[in-house]
Amino acid sequence: MSVDTATVAKIASLARIKVTEAEIGAMVPELNGILAWVEQLAEVDVTGVEPMTAVIPNTQRLRDDVVNADPLTGGDMRDAVLANAPAPEHGFFGVPKVIE
Amino acid sequence: MTDLTNLGIAALRDGVAKGDFTATEVATAFNAAVEAAQPALNAFIVTTPEKALEAAAKVDADRAAGNPLGTMAGVPIGMKDLFATKGTQTTAASKILEGFTPQYESTVSQKLWDAGAGMLGKLNLDQFAMGSSNETSAFGNVISPWRRPNDTAPLAPGGSSGGSSSAVAARIAPAATGTDTGGSIRQPAAFTGISGIKPTYGRCSRWGVVAFASSLDQAGAMAHDVTDCAIMLEAMAGFDPKDSTSLNLPVPAWTAGLNADMKGKKVGIPREYRLDGMDPDVAKSWDDGIAWMKDAGAEIVEISLPHTKYALPTYYIIAPAEASSNLARYDGVRYGLRDLPDGAGLQDMYAATRAAGFGPEVKRRIMIGTYVLSAGFYDAYYTQAQKVRTLIARDFTEAFQQVDVILVPTAPSSAFALGEKSADPLEMYLNDVFSVPASLAGLPAMSVPAGLDRSGLPLGLQVIGKAFDEQGVLNASLALEQRAQFTARPAKWW
Repeated sequence: MSVDTATVAKIASLARIKVTEAEIGAMVPELNGILAWVEQLAEVDVTGVEPMTAVIPNTQRLRDDVVNADPLTGGDMRDAVLANAPAPEHGFFGVPKVIE
Repeated sequence: MTDLTNLGIAALRDGVAKGDFTATEVATAFNAAVEAAQPALNAFIVTTPEKALEAAAKVDADRAAGNPLGTMAGVPIGMKDLFATKGTQTTAASKILEGFTPQYESTVSQKLWDAGAGMLGKLNLDQFAMGSSNETSAFGNVISPWRRPNDTAPLAPGGSSGGSSSAVAARIAPAATGTDTGGSIRQPAAFTGISGIKPTYGRCSRWGVVAFASSLDQAGAMAHDVTDCAIMLEAMAGFDPKDSTSLNLPVPAWTAGLNADMKGKKVGIPREYRLDGMDPDVAKSWDDGIAWMKDAGAEIVEISLPHTKYALPTYYIIAPAEASSNLARYDGVRYGLRDLPDGAGLQDMYAATRAAGFGPEVKRRIMIGTYVLSAGFYDAYYTQAQKVRTLIARDFTEAFQQVDVILVPTAPSSAFALGEKSADPLEMYLNDVFSVPASLAGLPAMSVPAGLDRSGLPLGLQVIGKAFDEQGVLNASLALEQRAQFTARPAKWW
């Protein structure tokens, strides 16, 4: 499978990365080179093989159902959460107008 | 008094404990070395001499008061700028995080401070740890302290932990943290003649580490030698309920357990790693390693890891796929850069922010990851890669029924010059050929310096161990270290 300029433009749009026509032109051969190379995986016989989900066997833990059980990851952190926001407003994240 | 900057973790810690010198003297010496080298090597993104001095003052006060000292007490280290450090800018070497000041401390860095270490600064790296030469940083290339004879061309310190390797090799930091997703601790360690270990996936908490590919990312230690790596890794590792993939296991006493006697141990040599056209010096250093293992009493066993050749393409599907998902969080809303063109809506703001903030290699990987996860291609690329990953891990499981550890080269060549491989992304990816398989299988692996090649540059040997058997990896690495007698150092030009 290979990509053309329309496909690369679509991928960039899905990835929310603004690209110029010139950038798309440069990306097409680069991505095609990489994709052609990874396509060798198609030759591996994977009949009956499960896709890997966890590289080291582990179990999913549940934390105790307690408010702020771990103060580091609990609540009451509004100011810390907003401290690095580019445009905080009135205790919220500010964004451009989304509803006309 | 000996030059304190020549000492490693154990010597500094023991010297401080005995009173041969103070932690403040140590921190002062390394702060000066960092400041002098920074214009030439660019190993740090920010330096924090006050943090190093502050930690040292506490250690000196504790010692004076007769309080117990930690295992890293009095040792100032470099912190890869992928670890969130409370109050100190953390960027992952990307413009999109420039100015980001974490409100919390990563688990691994906190454990090191708790053990008495201090911070010299935040080390440069490939942007979001994506690269093998440190050329993708938004804060400039890191330069290796090593040079070819009679040649001033700047060489790559390896990547992505290139600031870490450069700083330790130049002796401006006695040790540094690294992270390894596909070889980012081992390859830079090999390029610069130092030691580096990546533990079993889950040993070190990922909490507070900027995510690249979450099923592969592991923190580890980079230092002068095997003993120092053992001390540091012991301080970094341990169960953390805040990381859902953290291993709920006690941390073994790796340092106390160090033993270079390989009698009764079997060392596997996988035939698939002997590539056609292998660099003759790399092949020779591998043969040297085999001889050293025999000398240490080990039995050498030829093994097969049949899916080795598929490891790199598997990695370059899985890692970008996970990266495209992880990096979706950089949206210009919650933290980091925001680029809001005049009159732009929310979607335009996302796209403009990410275009302005991410470097070309990061964009390339997000694009590949987005493509392989997109409707219609998901099974052909991503699911197929996850199946092949199962086969690669199975190869190791079967091999480890016959052998205790596996010995291979760390990288296919010694350090290359900056610019030599950066034009072609694929050529750069191929540099990870020997390091990626262990990453895909989540196994502990370590690089130790083996010798110099024909151009006078370091080569590394890699020991891969069974899951949870960091001790076996450290012990085999120690046996290599004792026989390699690697003492070469870059001539100081910076």
